[in-house]
Amino acid sequence: MEAASQQVQGGGRSLDRSPLSRFPDRLLHIGLTAISAAILVLLGYFFVKLTLEAKPVFEKFGVLGFVFENDWDVSKGIYGALPLVVGTLVTSALALVIGVPIAVSVALFLTELCPRRMRGSLTVMVDLLAAVPSVVYGLWAFYFLIPKLKPIEQWFADTFHFIPFVATGNVAGPNYFIAGLILAIMILPIVSAISREVLSTVPSEQKEAALALGSTRWEMIRTAMLPYARRGIVGGSMLGLGRAIGETIAVTIVIGDTPILGHSIFDQGYTLAAVIANEFNEAAADPLHKAALIGAGLVLFVLTLVVNSIARLMVLRSERQGSRPTVAAAVEGI
Amino acid sequence: MNPNRIDAPGREAGELSGQLENGELTGATGPSPREAVPWPAVAKRQVELRRLSAYYGDHLAVKQVSLRFSGSDVTAIIGPSGCGKSTMVRCVNRMHEETPGARAEGEVLLDGADLYGPGVDVVAVRRAIGMVFQKPNPFPTMSIFDNVASGLRFTGTGRGEIEDRVHAALREAGLWDEVKDRLGKPGLGLSGGQQQRLCIARALAVEPEVLLMDEPCSALDPVATLRIEELIGELKERVTIVIVTHNMQQAARVAGTTVFMLDGELVEVGPTEKLFTNPDDERTEQYVTGKFG
Amino acid sequence: MESASLSPRPRGFLPPVSGRRRRVDRFARSLLWLAAGVAVVPLVLVIFYILSKGLGAWSAEFFTTDPTGDFFGNQGGVKSAILGTIEIVGAAALVAVPLGVGVALYLTEYGGDARLAKAVRFFVDVMTGVPSIVFGLFIYLTLVLAGTGGSSFAGWKGSAALALLMLPIVTRSAEVVLQLVPASLREAALALGAPRWKAIARVILPSAASGIVTGSLLAIARAAGETAPLLFTATIVKATTFDLNQPMNSLPAQIFQDLKQPNDELVQRAWGAAVTLVAMILVITLIAKLIQRRSRVQGAP
Repeated sequence: MEAASQQVQGGGRSLDRSPLSRFPDRLLHIGLTAISAAILVLLGYFFVKLTLEAKPVFEKFGVLGFVFENDWDVSKGIYGALPLVVGTLVTSALALVIGVPIAVSVALFLTELCPRRMRGSLTVMVDLLAAVPSVVYGLWAFYFLIPKLKPIEQWFADTFHFIPFVATGNVAGPNYFIAGLILAIMILPIVSAISREVLSTVPSEQKEAALALGSTRWEMIRTAMLPYARRGIVGGSMLGLGRAIGETIAVTIVIGDTPILGHSIFDQGYTLAAVIANEFNEAAADPLHKAALIGAGLVLFVLTLVVNSIARLMVLRSERQGSRPTVAAAVEGI
Repeated sequence: MNPNRIDAPGREAGELSGQLENGELTGATGPSPREAVPWPAVAKRQVELRRLSAYYGDHLAVKQVSLRFSGSDVTAIIGPSGCGKSTMVRCVNRMHEETPGARAEGEVLLDGADLYGPGVDVVAVRRAIGMVFQKPNPFPTMSIFDNVASGLRFTGTGRGEIEDRVHAALREAGLWDEVKDRLGKPGLGLSGGQQQRLCIARALAVEPEVLLMDEPCSALDPVATLRIEELIGELKERVTIVIVTHNMQQAARVAGTTVFMLDGELVEVGPTEKLFTNPDDERTEQYVTGKFG
Repeated sequence: MESASLSPRPRGFLPPVSGRRRRVDRFARSLLWLAAGVAVVPLVLVIFYILSKGLGAWSAEFFTTDPTGDFFGNQGGVKSAILGTIEIVGAAALVAVPLGVGVALYLTEYGGDARLAKAVRFFVDVMTGVPSIVFGLFIYLTLVLAGTGGSSFAGWKGSAALALLMLPIVTRSAEVVLQLVPASLREAALALGAPRWKAIARVILPSAASGIVTGSLLAIARAAGETAPLLFTATIVKATTFDLNQPMNSLPAQIFQDLKQPNDELVQRAWGAAVTLVAMILVITLIAKLIQRRSRVQGAP
């Protein structure tokens, strides 16, 4: 691009430009490049620093021991993070199971069924869900959602006790399910926004092909839209998953913060992110505890890196399919 | 519908359509008594437009067109860009109303029954009247087989039935020999001309009475175009065909009757030869001699 | 509508559409309508609930006193929290926005398809997915424990954590907007003999300005709502301070602390703070969307 710009300049002026006048350009170029490269260095440093600080706990329990042992007992100095890992995965899975179908349905609704007049306001309302800070979601869930839903959860646990992971004696107020539910609400805007973008890139000729064969609206959606948008929707869901995995404050308020592996989704639990937020204060004095929390942070970091990389690749590939570079922009708007 | 079809052994005209279109075939729940009204077999259909007008919002794109498409040959619709020929044709299978803000007035009669009448199911209309589009649009995530079968899958046709009809449709579209060994391969892997024939097969698989073709060759090279024109010649025995084209030579090659439209109005309709050599209307003459458009 | 009927139909009429298909279609469509309704419910409930609980806490005292409380058992307001949020987020934005735009400029103007640019782009994308608590943890390890700047917990360290959070958001949205600047505009500026930095400053940035502002505002709104990173960095204090090198309060941290207290007044204060925080974020978000809509109408990128 540099060469091109100098060719385009006419009148031979470019040939006469003194090195001094080219200095700001070079400075800018180098400066911006340096900043950008610094990001890569920074991320690398993150990873290294986290690993180093977590070393003590990995040395004592081994990496696999730390991640897969089911015993997190601060008083005894034992740090097996399995209840945390499982808690993270269970709440995130719940968030996906509850949130993705609704998010995709809303996206479909807005794209295909919504009357024009309603479309703008409904879109804004769904997107505004992202503007509520997580601590406020936690506050609301703790004082409103938990008491309101407890009787229903109890009824559900009693009635459907034969479904695995449902039965429990007394439904705990804060539990995995509530955490999953509030996470579902929190990932709804992002999954919906991406799904909306992807669905709107389905070429109308595809939709017309299905309709012209004599299909009902739903059959057209099923045949022409969903298969086409599938990769982007899955990518968007994984971005939502990444968010759910890393969400700290809302979860720690409503999950009960109990480092015991529950038997039912209505039991109390813990997640990797929540344990860090809760215990770091008391861990300041205890080096092993501190290392354990940092180890939890490292596991969290790696998890989200993996999930988000896959998600970005999928969204990127679906972008190329539709040749529109704005799907990622939809994400950043959230 | 087509008693002479070689690939449909054991089927009689009438029995085929009757069992297929009335409810489901899979036998899980049989056709309900309400839907088991016998479907009379007709070889070809008369399509008539009566004072058909089409709007995009307030803009009138097709102005009170009255016209008959006879079932015995191919009708071509010609005219300069923007004259409303595509819009008019899209009104026949009620695709026009899919555009937001678009509507149609007037009547479109299929053997005497108004497709815009009250209580008419638009899905049934589109099943009976097939369409092939300007740019080939096979479903990109589906194989060749699944593409052709897609219309059949809506009505819950049984697997054996689907296989028979897909093979038959591919034969009718002249694509069988080229794809018979790779029915499971993606539809997009074919050339442009093959993709268009795939779309024709897909449209034929549901056994429409009428086939609308909206400039089907405009995105194809001359060899592929010729192939499709030959195909039209073969298909016209079984289906009423209406083809929109901006290529007058094409109209002359394939159509027995030609319609000339200008500015949303029907200017002239008549036997193709007459329209091109000795048209009644001066505007027609100017168009076919290349003075405009 | 069903076209089947018991009365004799005119010859040549259409075969009916199966009732089952119609039912499935109707059912699916009503599910979609239902989903739309369900999606709206939480927002309405949250806003309604925090308003009903929190507006009552608003008073002159609420906004002008610190949460330190006094002898009389008066718990105090959230002044230091509001000010703290403004200071911390403001400082973070001062760092994140220029850096973020700088990286975006690198990617669009200089990087092109170079390997470095591809790597930067990918990792910036990935960075948007890193949980905020991890950023907080990182700053804790590198700045707080090290006592950088002569303090352990400090407001500016909270800003650093938030800046890490905001950077990828600003970069990504700025990059999208910069890419939309028409190539012809770029070439025209360069063809007139302008050096690259002038072309960027005078032509490219102004034309992308509204998009960059929108992206930055949204990043700010996001950062203002974050609690976790601040817990490790700026921590929670009571008194108002303007010294960024000291621990500093913030609205989310204050809410978090007041949250589960057995004292009703504290909980009430938490609700009031929640309304305040949500109001601030909503205002910023709406301004951002307004700018976005206005620029779209004018046809600018």
